[in-house]
Amino acid sequence: MSDNDIKTNIAQGMSQGSPHAREMGFELVSMEGGAATMMAPYKEIMVGDPDTGVIAGGVVTTLLDHCCGSAVHLAMTEFKIIATLDLRIDYMRAATPHKPIYARAECYKVTRSVAFVRAVAYDESPDDPVAAAQAAFMLDSSAGKPFLGAPKMAKGPAK
Amino acid sequence: MSDANDRLQAMLERIPYARFLGVRAELAGDEMTMILPFGQHIIGNPVLPAIHGGVLGAFMEMTALAQLSVKGGEERQPRVIDVSVEYLRSGRSLTTYARADIKKVGRRIANVHVEAWQEQRAQPIAALRAHFLVGG
Repeated sequence: MSDNDIKTNIAQGMSQGSPHAREMGFELVSMEGGAATMMAPYKEIMVGDPDTGVIAGGVVTTLLDHCCGSAVHLAMTEFKIIATLDLRIDYMRAATPHKPIYARAECYKVTRSVAFVRAVAYDESPDDPVAAAQAAFMLDSSAGKPFLGAPKMAKGPAK
Repeated sequence: MSDANDRLQAMLERIPYARFLGVRAELAGDEMTMILPFGQHIIGNPVLPAIHGGVLGAFMEMTALAQLSVKGGEERQPRVIDVSVEYLRSGRSLTTYARADIKKVGRRIANVHVEAWQEQRAQPIAALRAHFLVGG
């Protein structure tokens, strides 16, 4: 298995291996280097404003968090458990009802303990974003804690 | 039941995403506690297992909105401008609670802080600060 296959497995594991992401229908649509693009289909359960059919801000939050996490996995050279430290989101406008929403995240710096990511969410074009995010992730967040089992999604390189 | 409680329950009942997450709210006077029961559908990492960080953010954002609705006087649902979420501990397979503190409501902007916890309120698992566009 090449490095790229392993990364594909990890990134796809992020959407298919995560029960919440599966419920929401998150799908990895593309990846390159430390960048990931994810899609969320429009679903009735996501609606936050029943008058307009606009999805809840929290759905955009979740998609951005998830996409940022996938970008971190793509940017790392080995598999590590990661945890979001902080996530800041600006909501520029409402997402268009009945349309899928996309998130594109770029992990632009990885240190030994922390990864930094920025992302945008959009429906039509990244140039007209619905929201923008900036996040920091802690790497190897389970270090020193009892580990319950090996992650199923990563048959990647042993440490 | 008070007007505030009626407003609160009606608001949560109307929002499909709130129903999907399974959130409930309890009101004691003007003090509201939001409750997020644990379920398979909110798991982010099945290995640990841990509640999805995005769900915790969404839950706290909803708590802020609900607290604004308890305060009342809004003709339409406030719109979120920005949020900043801090993750302190992983969300375990337990019920999560959250309370919001409205720091300021101006003519157009409201500033709200929220804290979420599980077993002990003094050990929050996440916190959120948010601005909302109100009125108008």
